[in-house]
Amino acid sequence: MSLPSETAIALPPAPPSSVAPRRSGWRPADTSPLAVLSAVRGSSVATELRAEEINAWFGDHKVLDRVSLTMPTGQVSALIGPSGCGKSTFLRILNRMHELVPAASMSGRVMLGDQDIYAADQRVTSARRRIGMVFQKPNPFPAMSIYENAISALDLTGVRADRVVKDFLVEDSLRKASLWEEVRHRLHQPAGGLSGGQQQRLCIARAMAISPDVLLMDEPCSALDPTSTRRVEDTIGELRGQVTIVIVTHNMQQAARVSDRCAFFLAAQGQPGVIVEQGPTDDMFGSPRDQRTRDYVEGRFG
Amino acid sequence: MTTLTSDLDPGDFGEPRALTTRYSLTDRIFRGTSRSAGTFVLLVMVLVGGFLTAHAVRAISSVGVVKFVTTQEWSPETNHFGIAAVLTFTVLIAMVALTVAVPLSLGGALFITEIAPPRLKKIMTSVIDLMAAVPSVVYGLWGLSYLQNHVVGLSYWISTYFGWIPLFKVDGAEPGNPLPNTALYTSSTFIAGLIVGMMIIPIQTSMMVESFSRAPQGEREGAYALGATRWGVIRSVVLPFGKGGIIGGVMLGLGRALGETIAIYLIISPVFSVSFHVLQNGSNSVAAMIALRYGEANSFAMSALMAAGLALFLLTMAINFTASMIISRSRSGAESEV
Repeated sequence: MSLPSETAIALPPAPPSSVAPRRSGWRPADTSPLAVLSAVRGSSVATELRAEEINAWFGDHKVLDRVSLTMPTGQVSALIGPSGCGKSTFLRILNRMHELVPAASMSGRVMLGDQDIYAADQRVTSARRRIGMVFQKPNPFPAMSIYENAISALDLTGVRADRVVKDFLVEDSLRKASLWEEVRHRLHQPAGGLSGGQQQRLCIARAMAISPDVLLMDEPCSALDPTSTRRVEDTIGELRGQVTIVIVTHNMQQAARVSDRCAFFLAAQGQPGVIVEQGPTDDMFGSPRDQRTRDYVEGRFG
Repeated sequence: MTTLTSDLDPGDFGEPRALTTRYSLTDRIFRGTSRSAGTFVLLVMVLVGGFLTAHAVRAISSVGVVKFVTTQEWSPETNHFGIAAVLTFTVLIAMVALTVAVPLSLGGALFITEIAPPRLKKIMTSVIDLMAAVPSVVYGLWGLSYLQNHVVGLSYWISTYFGWIPLFKVDGAEPGNPLPNTALYTSSTFIAGLIVGMMIIPIQTSMMVESFSRAPQGEREGAYALGATRWGVIRSVVLPFGKGGIIGGVMLGLGRALGETIAIYLIISPVFSVSFHVLQNGSNSVAAMIALRYGEANSFAMSALMAAGLALFLLTMAINFTASMIISRSRSGAESEV
């Protein structure tokens, strides 16, 4: 991917030798809306995400064992498997959320393009900016309005932007999350007043506002009713191609509907989780090679 | 297909039914106990207020409310007394205390909840609780015998360089004098306020820690996942959520600062003329004055002291009511709806 020049606010990896501009409160010299916009959003393109030999522990308890997975550019990869097999842990390792848990540790590499996000010269905040995340339970900031929520990433990372830029980003991100038409007339009302499904799509919009290269989704529909689930799935379909998506789901039909590729995680009793089988979704559901995968996707256990 | 029939008269559905609930015996015992406990608390409050008012009437009626509020001196013997000076000093001491305590407790609470590693968090929490358990007379003694000697230099420095601000002016100060008269700076509102500030830090901190640590994990993670720095998370998640706890803690501390007696009594040298020069020797407080004077008081002087106590009681009540109103209007405690 190409890096923006000196106006790289939202983007890492500035070469370690060059003097990187201060992030917080820093404002590009050229303050025309377009320049700010490009600075804010960087030159995002969907990027391949590749996990290599990931091991993970909580304290002494090993939960993942040498898991490797490639999530191709612009495609939707689904992680499936029974509860407690390490899918969510794996997902949280992909954008360095795993290390927020006390006593959690990991090994291995996560390559975003050609950059290891765990490399010593990488900032954890820039990895998380480029790899957005949507959680199981919708978690908009309840003290903020819908408008403020949509662009909260700017505020949180200390980027200032003009009204024009903000307006543009709000509309653009809400459109990407297929929420714009529903909320355009009440942008300044509190986000807590939205339905669960709308809140979840607001969280998608919030993540998309800074144009991440990858979007991780941790069971995004498990707290939603079927209609809202449908809307979120449609949104995932809209985003395909614009951003690399990794989705954890317990719902086989959902995995079959939305994903291009699938990886089946399984943890034997007392053993760390491993990937049993992975491949194109059609093959995984149509002609799985492993008996355990066949049993799982056909609903015989898990 | 069968038709559903009902023996209820259709007219019955128009009126809301009277809903009756029968409670079991244990339920009734529990309700009775908790209701009487609640009533008792209210009753004590009312009794204290009533008692103070009943005893204060004699003194206040002999000088009138206006004179009682505006007179600075305190000599019930000559029927010339009022709370203007003591109440002003009380508020000044409390303000100094808050100025010191609020930033420290806010920073401390944020450090404990957001930054400290788990082990340190445990240690600090118990140290804070321990600090709250230290009796105020110990703070007073420490302030008198140790802190005062070390703070006088700071008072001198502030009054030398910021003496042009009326608040920091010290009458009789000689900024050029190589051997300044340090007695001018002892027993001041500032030093009393510092000690009271130390005393209210633990209460405020533990209240803020309590509310910050309840900030929803989901919102925290949401912010972190957007690439937020720790400060970003604090600013957009923790502080808005903990607003009620901050205000509550500050008000609780303020209440304690206004009512603090023995530590102030030990430190100040009482004066009865209003002065806003906080660094200057001489201060006062309602509670300290009551403690100082009640031993030598006859029945009329006692009534005057009750009146002063009533004024303090009303002030703290007003503050607490304001605080609870602010808290109930802020969002704190509410999580995002699913």
